[in-house]
Amino acid sequence: MDIKLTKQQKMVKLAAERFAQEVCAPVAAEIDREHRFPRETVDLLYKYGFVATGFPEEYGGTGYDRIAQVIVVEEIAKVCAATSSILSIHQSTAMCINNFGTKEQKDKYLRDLITGGVLVAFALTEPNAGSDASNIQTVALEDGDSYLLTGTKCFTSGAGVAGLYVILALTDPRQKTRGITAFLVPADTEGFKVGKIEEKMGICGAQTGELILENVRVPRENILGKLNGGFKLALAGIDVSRVTVIGAQSLGIAEGALQLAVDYAKKRVQFGLPIAEQQGLQWYLAEMATRVEATRWMVYCVAQMMQDGEKYSKNAAMVKLFSSETARFVTERALQIHGGYGFMKDYPIERMYRDAKITEIYEGTNEIQKTVIARSIL
Amino acid sequence: MKIVVCIKQVPNTDKVRINEATGTLIREGVPSIINPDDMNALEAALALKDQDANVHVAVITMGIPQAEDALREALAMGADEAIHLTDRAFAGSDTWATATVLAAALRKIGDYDLVICGRQAIDGDTAQVGPELAEFLGLPQITYVRELSVENNRVRAKRAVETGYFEMEAPLPALLTVIKDLNKPRMMDIRLIYKAYSDQADYKFWTAQDIGVDLTQIGVSNSPIPPVIFETWIFPPRSFSIKAPISRFT
Repeated sequence: MDIKLTKQQKMVKLAAERFAQEVCAPVAAEIDREHRFPRETVDLLYKYGFVATGFPEEYGGTGYDRIAQVIVVEEIAKVCAATSSILSIHQSTAMCINNFGTKEQKDKYLRDLITGGVLVAFALTEPNAGSDASNIQTVALEDGDSYLLTGTKCFTSGAGVAGLYVILALTDPRQKTRGITAFLVPADTEGFKVGKIEEKMGICGAQTGELILENVRVPRENILGKLNGGFKLALAGIDVSRVTVIGAQSLGIAEGALQLAVDYAKKRVQFGLPIAEQQGLQWYLAEMATRVEATRWMVYCVAQMMQDGEKYSKNAAMVKLFSSETARFVTERALQIHGGYGFMKDYPIERMYRDAKITEIYEGTNEIQKTVIARSIL
Repeated sequence: MKIVVCIKQVPNTDKVRINEATGTLIREGVPSIINPDDMNALEAALALKDQDANVHVAVITMGIPQAEDALREALAMGADEAIHLTDRAFAGSDTWATATVLAAALRKIGDYDLVICGRQAIDGDTAQVGPELAEFLGLPQITYVRELSVENNRVRAKRAVETGYFEMEAPLPALLTVIKDLNKPRMMDIRLIYKAYSDQADYKFWTAQDIGVDLTQIGVSNSPIPPVIFETWIFPPRSFSIKAPISRFT
């Protein structure tokens, strides 16, 4: 029994595989080493319709297909986690706008995000508000028919390369989580600045940085979703991204690392034998393969639940928890199997080992996932 | 301008494995692809369409029902129309019979200006179908094309030879066979994948009767070259050292 893909999804897989091999793989090491954002890859992702995958046809998308979205991110993550991050995080934020935006907002912004080469970034996290997201301090003061936003955001994926930002600010500080509103802020808005761009351990090609807002004037019609409904919007978005961003990406990283380990073990000869003949390493590979298989089934099953419109919050948290741990486990074992060569930057496993770690942290730490899961079962 | 591209679905010979016990090739479970040279042919047609939106690109294949994947892939790359020639009567056809079938189909299409084929298929390696097709249709042909341009109803091409190339020219309609040096085939557009499998896709099935082909010239019984199965024997490397065993991973 295998995961049943439709004919379209099988062809999407083939297309994504080719894209990953021909476009992403040749520059993966360089963008990591130079911490360079691969704008030319992103342009091609738009050109060949990868960004449009899963979005409504009326805005230039392919139509609703969560599985196809997962397939694309997975195939790209097998060779370049940074590019898969850039794509999937942009798509999940754009999906938020699709789900919560008014017709006017969608008509104004969505087509560019899907086909027009414009990236969107989601800014919630602040220096004092990570897992405790409700502790944000960016305020939005009402001023006539607009709001003035002041504050600092950090660790924003896409900072500096996005054309549009979804920024969460306090519209009613007394209400805490029920006083947060999401605003659509174009990058060229006066008073909005991109601050420090971070130097990261992994996914170095993806740009992460600080946003500085000083009385940034945002018109009322740029409120995304309801006034004071921003936190609910963020939580809904995170539910989706647990599967389509982390699930798919972690799965891809793990599969890529496993394949590298298998290929290396077959070729590397020590003591007159390929090291794949050593039972110890065979057992590692068996453990890695089993976890990858379980992750695959989990990610695709929950993606199918999303596609079918079933409730999936608890399952999404489980996918995020399990798939990220798998990515970390598999890349670590794979590097060990490579031995000394695995430690050298010439070999891609070294980069994948560093890339995998973030999956246990962003889009909600694994500790938060466990809290969410525990609450749902108690 | 109407361009017809002939493609063939072939096993991906890169992915063929060897049966360790018998030393022969394992054919089952080998993924199928569009023949690489045919991808270059399709890309050439699509490149001409990029320059002029009035260019219509039709892709045609003679193949079993599974060949549908190849045609849908071609549509997803940007082809306008797919024609699938499939019929029991075609089974076991050699290059003569295949070219006969394709010629009948092209006569039915009628108003084509250019036929582009790949040089040869990676499973048959004969390079015969393109030239045979040109002869059956009475078309001028330029083979081993590594560069081409179309202007004023004529095609100009560089025909590769071992030591360089010939510059050749032919009036349309003409037939070309192309080599991989010609171009780098584009990737599929995800949006076109969904369109390729939808009701909007221009996909036709034609049988032997539809194309009015002479049944005495096609199929296994009328093929001058019957399908011969070549068995490939791979001898495992033998080491003369006393200690080293033969690993099953090499």
